Amino acid sequence: MKTSWPDILFFAIVCGIALGAALRVVLSKNAVHSALMLALTLFSVAVIFIAQSAPFLAAVQMIVYAGAVVVLFLFVIMLLGVDKNEDLRETLRGQRPAALGLALLFAVGTVGVIRLYGSGAPQAEAIALGADNVQLIADALFTTYLYAFEITAAPLLVAAIAAVVLAKRERPAKSLSESREDGSA
Amino acid sequence: MTGPHDGWWVLGSALKVVILFAATLILVMALVYIERKVVAFMQVRIGPNQAGPKGILQTLADGIKLFFKEPVTPRAVDRPIYILAPLLSLIPMFLVVAIIPFGNSITINGREIFLQGTDLNIGILFFLAMSSIGVYGITLAGWASGSKYPLIGGIRASAQMISYETCMGLALIPAVMTTGTLSMRGMVEAQSGTWLGFVPRWTGLVQVIPMLAFFICAIAETNRPPFDLVEAETELVGGFHTEYSGIRFAIFYLAEFANMFTISAIAVTVFLGGWNGPGFSFLPWLWPLLWFFAKTGVLVFIFMWIRASLPRFRYDQLMSLGWKRLIPVLLVWLLLSSGIQAWINEASNHVAGG
Repeated sequence: MKTSWPDILFFAIVCGIALGAALRVVLSKNAVHSALMLALTLFSVAVIFIAQSAPFLAAVQMIVYAGAVVVLFLFVIMLLGVDKNEDLRETLRGQRPAALGLALLFAVGTVGVIRLYGSGAPQAEAIALGADNVQLIADALFTTYLYAFEITAAPLLVAAIAAVVLAKRERPAKSLSESREDGSA
Repeated sequence: MTGPHDGWWVLGSALKVVILFAATLILVMALVYIERKVVAFMQVRIGPNQAGPKGILQTLADGIKLFFKEPVTPRAVDRPIYILAPLLSLIPMFLVVAIIPFGNSITINGREIFLQGTDLNIGILFFLAMSSIGVYGITLAGWASGSKYPLIGGIRASAQMISYETCMGLALIPAVMTTGTLSMRGMVEAQSGTWLGFVPRWTGLVQVIPMLAFFICAIAETNRPPFDLVEAETELVGGFHTEYSGIRFAIFYLAEFANMFTISAIAVTVFLGGWNGPGFSFLPWLWPLLWFFAKTGVLVFIFMWIRASLPRFRYDQLMSLGWKRLIPVLLVWLLLSSGIQAWINEASNHVAGG
């Protein structure tokens, strides 16, 4: 199946929105605006998934990233009140070069993966299979890639437990009101 | 989607969208009136009775008043987000209406038209995705108002709605396993017929605990009493919509009722057999519609009933109900239910194979 010009136009528009929003995430001075632009970026990616006949991925993208992760970011930003005039000095030394290096590594990796396995536009068979997206993904996850799936799950669980342990660390001399707040969190 | 995708199909789909939108809007306005009447009845009051016969035009009058009222914008607001927030809470729920199967199909001119906006193969996931977008409306309204009570309301909303969305997802998984599909129409069709000739094959009759849990989550997700911590007028003035007035406030109000309707409709479709019910050969398309609206009406009535009779939860009670009671119970139920389902599948495979 050849890529037609409406497809290309559509892709260009959505990509433009995604990239523009991603830039705003980094450049925006207001933390809440950054979080919102991140949500918009993730939303655009979901739209691209739909255009590529992957509605299941789109739904998961919306539920997990746009729906939960970014809302949690917002929750933390609002709770801590870091929404105005953030201090722009770096607290982590060497953060910028490290970020640049990792970004380059990621870009090279992505391009490499696409070069090795990518096939360009969605294939006709893939579109025809689009209806059974969920079954196909489930089959792949729970048979072919079961080990990878389970191994990925383990660090996530460990991280979650670690976060709980760190957050619940007993602090000395707790007043009554503080301990009640802790119980509700 | 049946039939060729020709001009008629496009016209039909466009017509469907317009009808769905208009009907939902009118229905939501009717719901506002009905709730006021029901709550008034439960509190031995009369309720609205001036505008129109039995006060039936009260919502319309309120709507017109709010529409023409000057929208006051406080100086401290973050303007674009302040304007965006009400729309973000209304639009997702209207989009969900598109996937609800209201009835079976009508055949016009040899063309089968389903009484459903569109049947996505990820149906129920679309609903979850949209309800997670709905969280933004309230959270952002709280933040963008630039004042402290709305901010507290917004923070509460984000934590509450994420928590109960998790529950909601967990409550939906057993139902999906029983019906074996994510598509809304597929779910309704899987629930047609009866057991032993008279018990309807509703998912909710097997998955009782997920159904009850889903309903509790639905109340929390729509921020209705007793889980209306985000507006809690006794503590937070008006909560997230304190700084909103005029048409923008009206949109929030409308969103709450649209939310209540769509979530009841989803509950009916997933757990209570959707439009299934005894029908007659006279006007065969009408009975499914009636059954659907009767079931949804009962759920909406329960929403109003709960609102009129239960006091508001405290915030920590709300959180502990969600995380310490509902989620563990649902996880155990999920494990049990998937085990039984796997056993049933195995048994039926043996029958089919042997």
